[in-house]
Amino acid sequence: MAIFLTEKSRVLVQGITGTEGTKHTRRMVAAGTNIVAGVTPGKGGQHVDAIPVFDSCAEAVRATGADVSVVFVPPRFAKAAVIEAIDAGLGLVVVLTEGIPVHDTATFWAYARATGNRTRIIGPNCPGLISPGQSNAGIIPADITKRGRIGLVSKSGTLTYQLMYELRDFGFSTCVGIGGDPIVGTTHIDCLQAFEDDPETDAIVMIGEIGGDAEERAAAYIREHIRKPVVGYIAGFTAPPGKTMGHAGAIISGSSGTALAKQEALEAVGVRVGRTPSETAALMRETLLAR
Amino acid sequence: MDLFEHQAQELFARHGVPVSRNRVASTPEEAEAAAAEIGGRVVVKAQVKTGGRGKAGGVRLADGPAQAREVARAILGMDIKGHTVHKVLVTEASEIVDEYYVALLLDRAERAFLAMASRQGGVDIEQVAADNPEALARLHVDPAQGLDAATAGRLVADAGLPDEVRADVAGILVRLWDVFRNEDATLVEINPLARLADGSVRALDGKVTLDDNARFRHPEHAAFVDVGAADPLETRAAEKHLNYVKLDGQVGVIGNGAGLVMSTLDVVAYAGEEFGGVRPANFLDIGGGASAEVMADGLEIILGDPDVRSVFVNVFGGITACDAVADGIVRAVGLLTVRGETITKPLVVRLDGNNAAQGRRILADAALDGVRVVDTMDGAARLAAELAGKGA
Repeated sequence: MAIFLTEKSRVLVQGITGTEGTKHTRRMVAAGTNIVAGVTPGKGGQHVDAIPVFDSCAEAVRATGADVSVVFVPPRFAKAAVIEAIDAGLGLVVVLTEGIPVHDTATFWAYARATGNRTRIIGPNCPGLISPGQSNAGIIPADITKRGRIGLVSKSGTLTYQLMYELRDFGFSTCVGIGGDPIVGTTHIDCLQAFEDDPETDAIVMIGEIGGDAEERAAAYIREHIRKPVVGYIAGFTAPPGKTMGHAGAIISGSSGTALAKQEALEAVGVRVGRTPSETAALMRETLLAR
Repeated sequence: MDLFEHQAQELFARHGVPVSRNRVASTPEEAEAAAAEIGGRVVVKAQVKTGGRGKAGGVRLADGPAQAREVARAILGMDIKGHTVHKVLVTEASEIVDEYYVALLLDRAERAFLAMASRQGGVDIEQVAADNPEALARLHVDPAQGLDAATAGRLVADAGLPDEVRADVAGILVRLWDVFRNEDATLVEINPLARLADGSVRALDGKVTLDDNARFRHPEHAAFVDVGAADPLETRAAEKHLNYVKLDGQVGVIGNGAGLVMSTLDVVAYAGEEFGGVRPANFLDIGGGASAEVMADGLEIILGDPDVRSVFVNVFGGITACDAVADGIVRAVGLLTVRGETITKPLVVRLDGNNAAQGRRILADAALDGVRVVDTMDGAARLAAELAGKGA
C-alpha cells in the first residue's frame, strides 16, 4: 500500500526538458518510478531518454494514462501548469517549485476545490514524496532507506532525509514533504489520516516548524482521529519573531506560530516530541520496539 | 516585506483608498516644509515597523510648521522597541468622529483569503478578537472571485458599522482588495479607518505586507526595500544570494535546507546551555547544492561576524553526496586563503547521509587546521558550543 503514491503510479513530469527536470527525472527512474511522460509546451514529440514529451498534460494523460504529475516549472509559470494538470484530471500533482507567489498558490488551490477536489496537490516548495521501493515523485534521495512501516510527514526536506536516515533500519511506507510555504495543498492532517487508514503503516513521524498553526490543528486532529502512535519534532525554537527563516511560511508573527506553542499542543494530546532530530528518532525506535 | 506606514499610504492612494494629505520627512526642516505645504494643524508620526508608537511618544500634534519642526526633532532618532526612527510622516490633522477596522489577509489554515471588519477601530484588534470576538466580522474571499461591493457590504453590515458609512466602507474594502490583489500583498490593514467630522471616511494608518515571492512581477517594489535598516552582514549575504539571518549568539551555523538549519540552531542552543548559555550566531541555508563557491561565500560571511567564536557546518548529504560537500569545504578553505582570509576560528563539521564515510575521509586526509569532524549532529553541536564557550 503506502499513501498517495505506489508502484502502480504512472508519473508525468511537467518541465521535463529543463535542467532540473531532466536530472531528477533520471533519478526518479533509477529509483523505480514509472515515469510515463514529460510535458513541456512547444516540445511535444521530443524524448528525454526514452520518455515521450507532450505539449500539454491533457495529451500526455490521453496517450499514457498518467495519474501523477511532478511539477518542475519555474515560479512565474507554475500557476498555469498546476491548473493545466487539474484540468487534465491528474489525481496527484506534486509541486516542487520554490518561490511561487502565494496569490498564485491560493488561486490554483481554489481552482482544485472549485472543480470538485479531484486532484490532490502536494507542495509547493516541497521535496515531493517517496514510497521507498515503490515510487519516488520529487527530489527525495531514494537510497537513504528502504520500504518499511513508518509514515513520515514534514514541512522540511532535509529534516525528512535526516529522520529517514536515522530510522533507515526500520524503513518507511511513505515519506511526504508537504512544503514550507504559507499555503500548501496537502496538510499534516491529510497525511495523518491517510497513514491512519494505511494498513502498511504502523507509526507516524510528524515534523513541523514555526509559522501558522498547522501543527496545533494537527494536534487537535490527532486527539480525535488518530490511533496509531505519533512522534513529533518541531524546528525553530531559537527563531526570532518577524524573521523569515528560509521557508516562506517559517515566520513567527507577533506571538503566534512559535515552536513552543506547537510542542505544547502536541504533547497535550500525548504525542512525544523530541528535542533534536536524533532524540525524535530514538522516541520512534522506542515506540516501535515496545509494540 | 513589511512596509512603513507612508509606503502603505502610497499604495492606498494609488488604488483609490482615501488617505489624508501627507509628506514624508527625514529632517526637522523637511517636516517644517511639509507642514507648511499641507497647512493648518498636522500630525507628525514616527515611521517604524512596529506597533505601540503612539504610547512611546512617536505620534504628536503640531499647530503649524514651526512646531512641526520641533516635534519632528524630538521624534527623529527615537528608539521605539528597538527600532530607530529615521523618518516621520507629516499628515493633515483631522477631527475624528468614529474609528473602524478593516483588513484583508491570508488565512493559512483555510488556504484562502480573509476579509475582516470591526466597528471597534483605533485599538489593538487582537485584544478585540480575544475579548469580544463577535465585534470582529470575518468573511472568506475566493481568490478567483475577489471582493465585490455586495460581499463587502455584507461584511460591514455584519460588523455592525453605522448605516451612514456602510456604503463608503464597502467601497473602500473593494479598493483595498485591489491593493491586496494587484500588489501581491499577504496583509493589508487599516486601523483606524476613521469617519471625520465632514462625513468622509479615510485611512488614518496603514499596514501592508508584500509577498517577497512575487517580486518578479513587481520590480517597482524594490523601491520599498529599507536598505539602511538591514544588518550589514545580512546585506552582504543577500548580495551573494545567501539565505542568511543574523542572530545574537556566538556559534556560526551553516547548513543545507531551511528545516535542518532551524533545527541546528535549536540543537546548538540546547548544547550551549551547558557552556555558559552559548547561542547560535546566525541562520544560513546554503541549499541543496552546497558547491565550494557557495560554501566559501557562506564561511566568509560567518567568519566576518565578530561575535562568532566557533562555526558549525551541518550538512546532510541528500542529492549532493557528502564527498562532494567535503571537497567543497576543502576548496572553500582554499578559496578563502586565496582571498586573504585566514580561518582563525574553530570549524566543526558534521556530515551525514549519502557517502558520509567518504566525505569524512576527505576532510581527515586534508587535515585542515582547526577543522574537526564529528559524526552526529548532537555531538557536533556540543563541541561547537563548547569551543565557543571557551573562546569567551
